[in-house]
Amino acid sequence: MSKGILAFGAYIPWRRLPRKAIAETHGWFNPALKGQAKGERAFCNWDEDPVTMAVEAARDALAGRDRTSIAALRFASTTYPFLDRLHSGIVAGALNLAEDVSAIDVAASQRAATSALIEALGSDSETLVVASEKRGAKAASPVEMSSGDGAAAVLVGAGRPLATLLGKASRTSDFVDHFRSVDNQFDYQWEERWIRDAGYMTAVPPVIKRCLEQAKVAANDVAHFCMPATLARVANAVAKAAGVDEKAVCDALHANCGDTGAAHSLLLLVATLERAKAGDKILLVGFGQGADALLLEVTPEIGRRPHNLGVTGHLARRKEEASYGRFLAFNDLIELERGMRSETDKATALSSLWRNRETVTSFIGGKCSKCGTLQMPRTDICVNPNCNAIGTQQPHAFADMAGRIKSYTADRLTYAPDPPSCYGMIEFEEGGRVMIDFTDIDADALKVGQPMQMMFRIKDIDTARGFRRYYWKAAPKAGNA
Amino acid sequence: MAKGIKDKVVIIGMGCSKFGERWDKEADNLMVEAYTEAIADAGIDTKQIDAAWLATAIEEQHVGKSATPLAVALRLPFIPVTRVENYCASGTEAFRGAVYAVASGAADVALALGVEKLKDTGYGGLPQRGRGPLNDMTNPNASAPGSFAQLAAAYRAKHKVEPKDLKRAMAHISVKSHDNGAKNPKAHLRNKITEETVLKAPMVAEPLGLYDCCGVSDGAACAIVATPAVAKSLGKTDMISIKALQVAVSNGLEAQHNSWDGSYFATTRVASKRAYAEAGIDRPREQLSLIEVHDCFSVTELVTMEDLHISAEGGAIKDVLDGFYDADGQVPCQIDGGLKCFGHPIGASGLRMIYEMYLQMQGRAGERQRQQEPVFGLTHNLGGFPQRNVAAISIVGKYGA
Repeated sequence: MSKGILAFGAYIPWRRLPRKAIAETHGWFNPALKGQAKGERAFCNWDEDPVTMAVEAARDALAGRDRTSIAALRFASTTYPFLDRLHSGIVAGALNLAEDVSAIDVAASQRAATSALIEALGSDSETLVVASEKRGAKAASPVEMSSGDGAAAVLVGAGRPLATLLGKASRTSDFVDHFRSVDNQFDYQWEERWIRDAGYMTAVPPVIKRCLEQAKVAANDVAHFCMPATLARVANAVAKAAGVDEKAVCDALHANCGDTGAAHSLLLLVATLERAKAGDKILLVGFGQGADALLLEVTPEIGRRPHNLGVTGHLARRKEEASYGRFLAFNDLIELERGMRSETDKATALSSLWRNRETVTSFIGGKCSKCGTLQMPRTDICVNPNCNAIGTQQPHAFADMAGRIKSYTADRLTYAPDPPSCYGMIEFEEGGRVMIDFTDIDADALKVGQPMQMMFRIKDIDTARGFRRYYWKAAPKAGNA
Repeated sequence: MAKGIKDKVVIIGMGCSKFGERWDKEADNLMVEAYTEAIADAGIDTKQIDAAWLATAIEEQHVGKSATPLAVALRLPFIPVTRVENYCASGTEAFRGAVYAVASGAADVALALGVEKLKDTGYGGLPQRGRGPLNDMTNPNASAPGSFAQLAAAYRAKHKVEPKDLKRAMAHISVKSHDNGAKNPKAHLRNKITEETVLKAPMVAEPLGLYDCCGVSDGAACAIVATPAVAKSLGKTDMISIKALQVAVSNGLEAQHNSWDGSYFATTRVASKRAYAEAGIDRPREQLSLIEVHDCFSVTELVTMEDLHISAEGGAIKDVLDGFYDADGQVPCQIDGGLKCFGHPIGASGLRMIYEMYLQMQGRAGERQRQQEPVFGLTHNLGGFPQRNVAAISIVGKYGA
């Protein structure tokens, strides 16, 4: 068995903000924004963060795969919601991975994902590498314009890989092009021309050279060059300096997604793998306090990969957001009057969360070993009135089951960060049902029988204590017309 | 089978406060307001009450826990007093406690009082509050209208009803209740409305608009019950007795098992059947003179007409639009204005419904008196959500009927 990338997937949030909405609002202050007002950027729903996106990207990568062989999880991001809580632990729980999994959060650099991938490719353990980012940006800032939210995941291990590693190289130096300290919510960035000349152009070509030498591959044999950079044409300039054909430079997804920060190298890799052919050589570069370079070769197995949504499918799953106000509110960039109904205490009993982790985090229900009835949540006594057996409920994973709306409402009375609050009864085709919040759905799209899928989302944010709790919600089945 | 409660207990006195936004009254003032009417009506002294039940649901918004608020407000002389809470069916639960106490022989005279003071939240609608650590982690942050609105979605799908046809029947229900409430001095809302007003009202939870929702108000209602023998000794004639008291409680089937389709109340169907059997009623559509149901929302009333086995399944829209449940129809529903016009001070509502039956049976309902003499009256008090609820049915009527 050879080693390499066994599976890959991605997640891009449903909502897209046309950049002109930003320019139209802030052009009076910064007319230069108008020059950048092209295309759209993806942004998280109020109930999404790097953790939820990481879970969805991983689920996309793992669709249809048995997860019991995954021994390690590496989660890369610079925008984790917690300073002290293992985010890969939350992801592992949501993915229902075995508790003996090794899990590490890889942080603090834009090249966290490539570093994690290099480590995974050199490891003997089957490793899931996920990268996810939701960058904060001040209103009217260039980062607000250029960035997008998103996540990507690759599974690395032994088997029948879709791509194998031919070479790798790294370089580390404390080149501070931008930074964000614990005291600051937003990035502070130095001049772009300096970042280009003293950063990318100086640091990256030598790393590429070493990587190609190790692989014994000529630069002009590279079919796809993936290197995130928000500065215009820097990827082309680096390619040229490294001897890579400019035509190999991958689309940076600027027009339809935006730069997803620490996740972007992996996202570009996934986008490239989706269209790559057997034998293609992919050069992947991550830049940040130095650089990582990986050379991968696509194998004939690529023709047999399962058709998950990936980057292409998630780009197609899109909703244009007309209101820049909603973007500001979702990103806490504006103080909304949320009303008295929003004042209820959102405290989480951590002991209860732990005790109920199977239901809350992993969305595991029960299946009666006597009558076969599925139910959510799992209880001591079977819900089937013709059974009611005691102690027969075996764990049964509900997260990937297909469901349909049985009843619904769009509630404008209750407090919701994005009113109306849509929720209702989901009936699973395999059996069982749950009254649950809906997400990524327009009120006028609600109908009985609508096919739905479960997604891992933020349930509530406890602003008083800085905690957030996650649960599952139902969203329209992706890929549906 | 158990013999049931029929004619073992009679109502000797009832009272009901004015319902509404009682900004100047505390819950104990409302309790006393209902009680003074009831005790005067019964013609007894406080000392003759052997036991009492207090119904209140959202006690953290007003009186706090336990039965002491009732004992203190009425200065009950160290008798057994119990507080009950069973969602919005709490009022009927208090009544059941008092009636069962008398039926058992443990008490000669018992009192049931329900009260709720909801208008100290600072906003409209029911208070927003926690539901327990696990529920908060998993349940939608559902409002009452959001929960009940789902009946409409499921009902439309099941019976292949056009949204506008269902909405029109729902509007008729609210217009009818406002017509009735306008005649009731104790109702909170006493304005007549038109179908157009209902249809054009702002949406609260699709398809429930503002006028599809009952009000939220403060209020109290009280019943004093006794054995027929005690009632006779007090000189009571033309007594009103309890014919049936039934409660059915969801056991998770609706929420978790795919046998329930979401368009009806499984509990109400069971409780009403048991109540008819207990009362000896086999043709409810013909035999019931009046009904008061839990019209927290217009759509709740609509599906309840079927769950009470009065309208055929799928037939409520036609009956409603035909005026079958209007004040001059065959079985008037909400002849006092219902929750729609009284609002829903949770603990009080079930007793407020029985109060109207009691007045109608005695010909004391004033301007809104049913002309055809009522024999059997049914009240339906529902708490919770369509997928998880408590249904409480009472049937009262002429003693011996």
